[in-house]
Amino acid sequence: MISYRSIQELVQAAVSANTDIGTVVLHQQAAEQGRSTDELYRQMQENLQVMRESVEAGLRNRRRSPSGLSGGDAHKLLEAVQQDRTIGGSLLGKALARAMAVAEVNASMGRIVAAPTAGSCGILPAALLTVMDERNIPEERAILGLFTAGGVGLVISKQATISGAQGGCQAECGSAAAMAAAAIVEMVGGTPQQAAHACAIALKNVLGLVCDPVAGLVEVPCIKRNAAGVANALVAADLALAGVESAIPADEVIEAMRSVGSLMSSALKETAEGGLAATATARRLARQLLNC
Amino acid sequence: MTDIFDIIGPVMIGPSSSHTAGAVRLGMIARRLLGEPPASAVIRLHGSFARTYKGHGTDKAIIAGLLGFAPDDLRIRNSLQIAQEEGLKYEFHPADLGDLHPNTALIELAGVSGKTLSLLGSSVGGGRVQIHSINGFPADCTAEYHTLIVYHRDTPGVIAAVTGILARRSVNIAQMKVHRSHRGGRSVIILETDEEITEDLCEEVRGVANVTGVTFLHAV
Repeated sequence: MISYRSIQELVQAAVSANTDIGTVVLHQQAAEQGRSTDELYRQMQENLQVMRESVEAGLRNRRRSPSGLSGGDAHKLLEAVQQDRTIGGSLLGKALARAMAVAEVNASMGRIVAAPTAGSCGILPAALLTVMDERNIPEERAILGLFTAGGVGLVISKQATISGAQGGCQAECGSAAAMAAAAIVEMVGGTPQQAAHACAIALKNVLGLVCDPVAGLVEVPCIKRNAAGVANALVAADLALAGVESAIPADEVIEAMRSVGSLMSSALKETAEGGLAATATARRLARQLLNC
Repeated sequence: MTDIFDIIGPVMIGPSSSHTAGAVRLGMIARRLLGEPPASAVIRLHGSFARTYKGHGTDKAIIAGLLGFAPDDLRIRNSLQIAQEEGLKYEFHPADLGDLHPNTALIELAGVSGKTLSLLGSSVGGGRVQIHSINGFPADCTAEYHTLIVYHRDTPGVIAAVTGILARRSVNIAQMKVHRSHRGGRSVIILETDEEITEDLCEEVRGVANVTGVTFLHAV
């Protein structure tokens, strides 16, 4: 029985059943919820469809958000990719555009899938849909990838936190990147151990990242951190797939993230009192927005 | 609770799962507990809720929940205007509610027929909520399960009688908590169940000796 108390437990369950983490999580969830694997699979398929719609809505959009702080940037990035102007190439460029697209839809009170949270909702759809499209991976692998990501996210939420108010941005965009990294590894045929290393590497990369939304809005810097988050997931997945291992095991990285989160001042945890939110420009923007 | 769709989900209206989706759920729970459409609402916001509610649309979200909208309803964007059209009066006040989770709200409602309700709850991340008290009494639950709350005088046999009623009706208890003010004082049982709790079942529980009040809440 899986308790979601450690990544190691997920890896061992997958290895001993000679399968991947996504499949283990799908079967465990079906057993726990008293529902069929087909039913859970279809629900996840619907979530993937909402993700796809949010990507498309965001890429089409050129308008600014109601606050005027964001909007239209995903479209700019898409144009740069289409005109072959991105330095990182097509796959990275599309991933960045998609992550920002979903985050922009979220900022304008549109419909998204929290994954694990709304503030970090662009990372997982961008990672999975881009790898799926660019590598011609069947949708089934992406849906199982969402179960991989969900299993990793459950462990993080039990052993640390996925809330910016409790753990800062490392707990939101960091967790999303760790979940996405593990999912990418399994989608392209990596081992459960590689998925665990990818999770650890992605989370390590952003330990200490603060949650400092300008004027309290989930826009600046959140939307661009979704772009950075999907890049982080791709970096971690590529490292792990190449055989690079995290010196610190995933479970200890998660524990470190929890500890860093609790050491962090509340000014840096979604209260809009510290970090970027405390800069002169941010304070001016906040005054303007609250007066309008 | 280890539901994967709390992590890959919920499907919701942005911008914040804790400040928007969770806030909609707090509003929905308050409306269900009131048992009728609210006519007026006084909402006190604590911590991060107090400081950032306008930016995250927490006010629109709680009002949307009070209007009965789900967290993925696109009308959340316009809920303040819809509340005006439907005659729901509301006030928001920043407040220090004590040593509680940073995203906490105290929602006080008066319904169209004059019923009142107060709900103290927190949005704990990912759209999930934690209820602390209802009408000032402890009511520690998440509304992820069907929930039966039984207030009673602390006397032997009440818990057995209540759980006996559930057993006879094949309602399985997932979690159960008991709090009391002091020995022989005011006491509360919070039962989270897998099966639905019917009005009929509540009526039977109300008939148990020393039970002083019964509240039930469908999972939201």
